[in-house]
Amino acid sequence: MQHFTSLAPDLFALEISGLVKSFSRPAVDHLELTVRAGEFYALLGPNGAGKTTTLRMIAGLIRPDAGSIRIAGIDALADPVRAKHVMAWISDEPMIYDKLTPQEYLEFIAGLWDIAPELAAPRAHELLHWLDLLPHAHERCEGFSKGMRQKVALAGALVRDPQVIILDEPLTGLDAGSARQVKNVLRERVRSGCTIIMTTHILEVAERMADRIGVISRGRLIAEGSLEELRRQVSRQDGQAAGNTEATSGASLEDTFLALVAEQAEAA
Amino acid sequence: MIEPGTALWFARHEWRLAWRDWLSMMTAGRRERLPRALIAIAVFVVFMHVVAYWMVGPYADASVDQATLVAVTASVLLSFFLMVSQALESATRAFYSRSDLDLILASPVATEKIFAVRMATIALSVAMMALPMAVPFIDILIMRGGWRWIGAYGLIIAMGATATALALATTVVMFRAVGPKRTRFVAQVVAAVIGAAFIIGLQVAAILSYGTLSRVSVVESQAVMAHAPGLDSLFWWPARAAMGDGRALSAMLAESLILLAAIILVVAPRFGDYAITASGAVNSGAANSNTGLASRSAVFRSTASPRGALRRKEWLLLRRDPWLVSQTLMQMLYLVPPAVLLWRSFDDGNGAYQLLVPVLVMAAGQLAGGLSWLAISGEDAPDLVATAPVPPHFITRAKIEAVLGIIAIVFGPLLLVLAVASPRHALITACGVVVAAAAATSIQLWFRSQAKRSQFRRRQVSSRFATVAEAFSSIGWAATAAVAAASLWLAIVPGLIALGVVVGARIMSPRLQQA
Repeated sequence: MQHFTSLAPDLFALEISGLVKSFSRPAVDHLELTVRAGEFYALLGPNGAGKTTTLRMIAGLIRPDAGSIRIAGIDALADPVRAKHVMAWISDEPMIYDKLTPQEYLEFIAGLWDIAPELAAPRAHELLHWLDLLPHAHERCEGFSKGMRQKVALAGALVRDPQVIILDEPLTGLDAGSARQVKNVLRERVRSGCTIIMTTHILEVAERMADRIGVISRGRLIAEGSLEELRRQVSRQDGQAAGNTEATSGASLEDTFLALVAEQAEAA
Repeated sequence: MIEPGTALWFARHEWRLAWRDWLSMMTAGRRERLPRALIAIAVFVVFMHVVAYWMVGPYADASVDQATLVAVTASVLLSFFLMVSQALESATRAFYSRSDLDLILASPVATEKIFAVRMATIALSVAMMALPMAVPFIDILIMRGGWRWIGAYGLIIAMGATATALALATTVVMFRAVGPKRTRFVAQVVAAVIGAAFIIGLQVAAILSYGTLSRVSVVESQAVMAHAPGLDSLFWWPARAAMGDGRALSAMLAESLILLAAIILVVAPRFGDYAITASGAVNSGAANSNTGLASRSAVFRSTASPRGALRRKEWLLLRRDPWLVSQTLMQMLYLVPPAVLLWRSFDDGNGAYQLLVPVLVMAAGQLAGGLSWLAISGEDAPDLVATAPVPPHFITRAKIEAVLGIIAIVFGPLLLVLAVASPRHALITACGVVVAAAAATSIQLWFRSQAKRSQFRRRQVSSRFATVAEAFSSIGWAATAAVAAASLWLAIVPGLIALGVVVGARIMSPRLQQA
């Protein structure tokens, strides 16, 4: 799987500035966020924090009230078609058609993304093989388990060879085997230079896989960095002396995340 | 207080669900719309009473003679066929819907009791669903002909029970004959065919005998009168029951309730097994594997383009969904009589072509409306399509092309035959088909919402205005085409009215109002 295109590492895969979206109340509130090319970025936050709304705005599914979004240097609001060419969006509910087979689904995606059939067909075959879907390539998706459906959706995203992959809770409801396969595919993609931005409630996944973690609450980014940087931020906010981080150095991401969110709630 | 676990308790539970389902259907899931829905129902009821007064009022005092019995029997048979169709759909839905099945089967109660109540509820709901159309006619008959017509209400209950019993038995027989995988499709097609069969049968008989589409001509014909059984025949009992014959009504009620009870007794203990088998068959991936050799190829189509891919996807999904095919089949069935009429009148009949024009135009509008909903609103992966690197109007265009492609395939051959017989009528029909289809598609586009394809049956719920506008638009264009076939200039009037309906729909569309 070495045919993926990637962005130059000094480029930003995603640049969000002053992003605002309100429904009955503000869902995303002047959000600032940047993700470097080739980075695995995990976006965490409690329920209703604005994670999915943010990702849907990046994917071009919702138009923001204000702000800007640049994907791989492309202004996604001014030129959404070009932006969509370089990115793939995968939601927690696999976006597949029950009455199509995985093979037909990938053929449909290839047609929709205008990928040359001679390029898409071998890529699809390779992905189906990689995701253990080859034996089911000609069965309709309607009988598939959640894990298989999610793998079909993932194959659909990867067959387009995107530079940026945006995933909203991709591991929800997957069994251990399927979850590992999806994680392996994502790791492989990052190694190939692809940028991944993912929300998850499974903090262990973020802890193990992400290069950087962003914590969002009430539509704003309240903390960002590697796990170690987040721990330090929590200890600073706890009023501990700089360097004296014994109490938090061994803290899990779950402890750190809960502390950050609790502090934000108290501040509000 | 009803004791939990009893049949009455389950009946209350089933009725609560059915009531909320109905309420949600009437208000599109928004409680604040209830007053408007009630006003609309009241207007509809008054309107239907006026229609009924005009249609059956003069016959309310009719004596029990052969002509009256034939007319009443024809009405009863028409209602009964529709009720069997409705019951077959409800029974299939009950078998194939997983919903609360796991909960019921996991509960420590006698499941056959719950399923028996569920089947009785189907019978009751089938009877209730017949009421909105029947009540105005029965009311007028009672008002003008006296209380003897109240027997018609009893007959509706009897017909609901008999129709449900037949539907349940048919579904179970199909299960055994063709297997659970095919039963759903076969049952839906049979339901569509039964629903339309009586009207279409009368129309075909009228065409073959009298060269007209009028169903009344058959019912009133000398041939029917001559072959009708004697006045004391059992065949007339349903009609007699409707006209207040106590003995006939009691017999009809007893027969139907005994039949329903017997079927429930046989089916209820096995209902859970059937339902589990049914849902297992639907969810079995292996069972639904695609055997098409072409699609087994790992080579993608070389002609694939974003628009081509979208069109092909729409056609493939429609072809693969027998349930949707059966839902649209009903509209296709109504094309059978015009096709027969076309065949019969090929050598002569200029007048017959006159009848064909509006029927074809109307059918095109209705079919286009249904298909447009499926393609535009019934997108199962809206996010996927929305994130495709093509402009939104490009996607819409491809979907409209997919719809119009099907319309062309369905109506093309009929128009070609008509063109050979009468080029002028063919030209007018072709224009009418294009305009009616375009209008219906536009209305669906303006009122588009996001829904699953499986919600096709409930598409009217999302916007009743769109449904009504679509129907009136199709009727308007059909009338325009009919008048145009006689005189082009006169067609301007119905044409302007139809155009007014479409423009009105555009003005009322949510998208324009938001803008």
